[in-house]
Amino acid sequence: MAKLIALTPCADLLPLTHGEITVTEVVPDRLISVAPNAGQNKAVSALLQTQVGGGLSAVNRRSGPVTWFGHGTWLVAADVTLDGLAATTDQSDAWAVVAISGAGVGNVLARLVPVDLRGGVFKKNHVAKTMLGHLSVTIVRASADTFEILVMRSMAQTLVHDLDVAMRSVAVR
Amino acid sequence: MRITCPNCGTRDRREFYYQGDAIAVHRPDVDAGLDAWDDYLHNRDNPAGETQDLWFHEAGCGAWVVVTRSTVTHHVQDAVLAEKVKR
Amino acid sequence: MRLQAPENTVTFTFDGRKLRGVPGEPVAAALMANDIKLVARSFKYHRPRGVMSAGSEEQNALVTVGSGPQAEPNVRATTLEVSEGLEVFSQNAWPSLRYDVMAVNDLVSPFLAAGFYYKTFMWPRSFWEKLYEPVIRRAAGLGALSGETNPDKYEKAFAFCDVLVIGAGPAGLMAALTAGRAGADVIIADEDTQMGGRLLREQEQIDGQAATTWVADVLAELDEMPNVRRMTRTTVTGAYDQGTYGAIERVAGTRDADMPLECFWRIVTKHAILCAGALERPIAFPNNDRPGIMMASAVRAYVNRWGVAPGQRVAVFGNNDDAHRTARDLVAAGIRVAAVIDSRADAKVSGDFPIYTGAEVIATKGRHALQSLTIRHNGGVRTILADCLAISGGWNPTVHLTCHMNGRPKWDEEIASFVPTAGSIPAMETAGACNGTFSTAGCLAEAASVAASIASDLGFEAEVKVPKADDTAYAVTPLWAVPGKGRMWIDFQNDVHVKDIKLAAQENFRSVEHMKRYTTQGMAPDQGKSSNVVALAVLADATGRGIPETGTTTFRPPYVPVSIAAMGAGSQGKGFAPERFTTSHRATVARDAPMIEAGLWYRPSYFPQKGETHWQQSCDREVGYVRGAIGVCDVSTLGKIDIQGPDAAALLDFVYTNTFSTLKLGRVRYGLMLREDGHVLDDGTTARFGEQHFVMTTTTAAAGLVMRHLEFVLQVLRPDFDAKVISVTEQWAQFAVAGPRARDLLNTVLDQELDDTAWPFMSCGPVDVAGVQGRLFRISFSGEHAYEIAVPSRYGESLFRMLTAQAEVMGGGPYGMEALNVLRIEKGFITHAEIHGRTTAFDIGMGRMVSLKKDCVGQSAAARPGLIGDHRQQLVGLRAKGALSAGAHLFEKDADAVRVNSQGYTTSVCYSPTLDTHLALGFLENGRARHGDVIKLRDHLRDITQEVEVCDPVFFDPTGGRARG
Repeated sequence: MAKLIALTPCADLLPLTHGEITVTEVVPDRLISVAPNAGQNKAVSALLQTQVGGGLSAVNRRSGPVTWFGHGTWLVAADVTLDGLAATTDQSDAWAVVAISGAGVGNVLARLVPVDLRGGVFKKNHVAKTMLGHLSVTIVRASADTFEILVMRSMAQTLVHDLDVAMRSVAVR
Repeated sequence: MRITCPNCGTRDRREFYYQGDAIAVHRPDVDAGLDAWDDYLHNRDNPAGETQDLWFHEAGCGAWVVVTRSTVTHHVQDAVLAEKVKR
Repeated sequence: MRLQAPENTVTFTFDGRKLRGVPGEPVAAALMANDIKLVARSFKYHRPRGVMSAGSEEQNALVTVGSGPQAEPNVRATTLEVSEGLEVFSQNAWPSLRYDVMAVNDLVSPFLAAGFYYKTFMWPRSFWEKLYEPVIRRAAGLGALSGETNPDKYEKAFAFCDVLVIGAGPAGLMAALTAGRAGADVIIADEDTQMGGRLLREQEQIDGQAATTWVADVLAELDEMPNVRRMTRTTVTGAYDQGTYGAIERVAGTRDADMPLECFWRIVTKHAILCAGALERPIAFPNNDRPGIMMASAVRAYVNRWGVAPGQRVAVFGNNDDAHRTARDLVAAGIRVAAVIDSRADAKVSGDFPIYTGAEVIATKGRHALQSLTIRHNGGVRTILADCLAISGGWNPTVHLTCHMNGRPKWDEEIASFVPTAGSIPAMETAGACNGTFSTAGCLAEAASVAASIASDLGFEAEVKVPKADDTAYAVTPLWAVPGKGRMWIDFQNDVHVKDIKLAAQENFRSVEHMKRYTTQGMAPDQGKSSNVVALAVLADATGRGIPETGTTTFRPPYVPVSIAAMGAGSQGKGFAPERFTTSHRATVARDAPMIEAGLWYRPSYFPQKGETHWQQSCDREVGYVRGAIGVCDVSTLGKIDIQGPDAAALLDFVYTNTFSTLKLGRVRYGLMLREDGHVLDDGTTARFGEQHFVMTTTTAAAGLVMRHLEFVLQVLRPDFDAKVISVTEQWAQFAVAGPRARDLLNTVLDQELDDTAWPFMSCGPVDVAGVQGRLFRISFSGEHAYEIAVPSRYGESLFRMLTAQAEVMGGGPYGMEALNVLRIEKGFITHAEIHGRTTAFDIGMGRMVSLKKDCVGQSAAARPGLIGDHRQQLVGLRAKGALSAGAHLFEKDADAVRVNSQGYTTSVCYSPTLDTHLALGFLENGRARHGDVIKLRDHLRDITQEVEVCDPVFFDPTGGRARG
């Protein structure tokens, strides 16, 4: 029998560079959504600590492999077993993940994202669930000059298009 | 206009979906009668001043928020998670 | 004329004439340097006009920049920067600026007073739209758009700060410096190309050195601070709620495909300091609009900052001490001052030029440029030769932004002007001239203290350190309009003069808002920046009221015109809306399938084959695949919501009308969801994968809506439910495999063979697909033996290629939306064409699905009288021999096809190749009782009339044997 061939969400779309800014695709091994049942945050956190080496992160934060992912939900970059304690779903194929980096990357995102991403405010491992153009995205600061952006897989092309337009107008200045 | 999300802080109004009066929190019993349901579904005050309404942080964290604000000054006085509102 | 030869110049054109200019200087200055005074024709009377100001408030010198699709009309020559190759054109003149035919309007001006067209062009009524209005619009007006698509790029951006300083004159710089030194994150925005404001235009000293030196030092210090961001060419245009400000940036640099022309900023700040300065106001006197008559401060700006002389013999006319600076600066620059005319008898003026106090200008001469003026002095009249007249009626603080949230400015008798009312905009303070503080020393001190207090509010330690500067008091005695005859212009841009305002008052348009609309004063692109106060002073006089009592009109955003293109930047073409692509998109497009939009998704309409010339042929063939062999369709766009938790089943019982807690593991059930008002929200199937684990399917259209609804139920209505919902739509690539050979096809890709015992109709469960873990649902939207198979999205394209290739081997293939629609209409399956928001469960024949054994959303309201009964329009099937149309109305066979007789309408139509007949679904009054009736379908829009037979909506295989078999 034939084998199924895997494609990444941004296959053929990336990398992309304009001026000093580059966008590359990030391909996570696993992305598991974790939404603890009522009153189970502590227990889930403790289990995650032993299973993946990090508990539930604070709201709007990433800590190790655990990223806050909206109201009562986290995204864990590893397999977990939390039966009876939390709702978990496999989201490994649901998200296009890109890294945008380079000096002045904030100027590019300032053209698309209505959230304060200044370094002093939005620090390393800060997470924002917000918009990028018309898209709903999750933005994480990975380092001083790098942001990670998650968008629904089907919208990868629009994400890359919007970034491309903003990167060009920053580069030409 | 900016609205406060209890999870995310103040955000651009475009990230939110507007639902309407926060009366939605106080759903009548299934057999409360037509008048009670009519009030719940349709009858609204139109205050010049403080009002409470429901906003969904749809392009953000997905929280339903009860926002207390003034229709006169647009000042947002308070924003709490709908699930925490006393029923 | 230039006062000194410039270092480098570039070439630009004005009405095709090549001129030299200094790069970066305003076009107005370059025209002056080339001794061009006539630059525009006025709006209504086509009067010759010249440059009047040196800023964004310019009323006369509006020009068009560029040509072809890039032409931009109504650009102010006073802010437009000279660059190599710049093309500038005058507007509103034909055949030329000098000889403008429409100037005849000026000769018949007595007939063109305010409100003239309301009175003149009343009858006959039909002439207005076809004749009068087009003629008037052509005659009156400013620049015109090209009518072509503008290829220029525009941009939007967001910025955040602690303190936004609006304006970078002495007050703005001092505020930014103070807040910046304290450590606050500061944005300082100014509309000029360089910061410094008035200090770049005046001969002044700060801390014992030239003010320009102080400015340079401050800018250098600000540029050193990482917490301060300077935005030049950026006009803050509006103050909005919660510390949001709009600003338009004219982006510097050459035009390029990637270089935006303008950027529209939304700046969110904790505090703002308005340091917008003040605008000099004109005085109304007869024929005060000739080219060469300018604001006194503008004359100083052109001389001091840009080194051009607006004239060779300049007269100055004012009612305040500030006007005298102009004469002093002109003398210092070596320009002859013909006279200083001060309306105040007690004015103290000295200098080496003729001085007339207690005097007024009562007439001017010069058709295309000022030649002389006549003054009334000591009871006599005197003519003064001058080619430039600098006028100053005093200063109006730029209070505009303080009014954007309903604030009303207060009248200050001392300076005869309006000043801001404190607290008009939350967290915005005002400092300097915009606050009525006119001396440089006063501006600096006020700004430093305001900024320091804001900085300490923010938790910073701030020091108030104010340099020494000019502290001369400002003295003004109001003079709005010189008494006398002749047209005295107030609103130059809209050609409104004193008589128009008096006429408005006389005709009882006494309210300032009514006067504005009757005369159009303040309605031009400049929005009455310079004319408002004069106009309402004249109105106050004409109505015998005081100015405070008369009040002002409301200043609304934007402060300067903002291109619609800038506000809508990024939303053209691909930026209009996100595009969602399924994993099979590439493989589908490779088969030349035309794609149609389904919400944001792109789905194939049909898959054409060689020899097919019409979509109907492809569609019929694809329907045949499913009815006769096998069809494959990507259904990944349907919403898939994962539901887990101890109360997952309770949640489903609450949101669906029917019961899901009784659903067995590994089984699927159809469910109907209502809105709380009793109308249908959505429908779909939900599968049970575990005791506390369900996967809900929504329609493509309502996926987002249902997700929001479920969160609403969980967070707002029933927070007592311990259940979690999350979208898994994007995780799975899901394909419908439908037709008699569905099982055979699946068996070619599944690791374990299917059989009817393990996989009966409406079952679900995990499967291995070519070694990959997937999910299988035995459900059918076609009425055939069918499945939906899902694999993680990364494998979607690969599985689609595999399934379609196998299907083709089996005498089938992929099918698109057209075939999918025919298949479901044949089976009477509803979509959002039927559940369009005004139909109930009763209407669609599913009233019995509303379980009364439990509470669910919409149950109470669905039972309202009026939502149930014979009078309701109920879902029916309709058959006909000829083609039908969706949206057509239904009538009794012999009734007139008029609105009052309408008994219903069609929602979905198709030609059924299976039944070889035309079918429709629709809603008909008491329709379920009328099966067998023949009625009339009438579509007035498409001119279609058909006799149709009413029948059950399930046209094909009513017992459902095919799906189960």
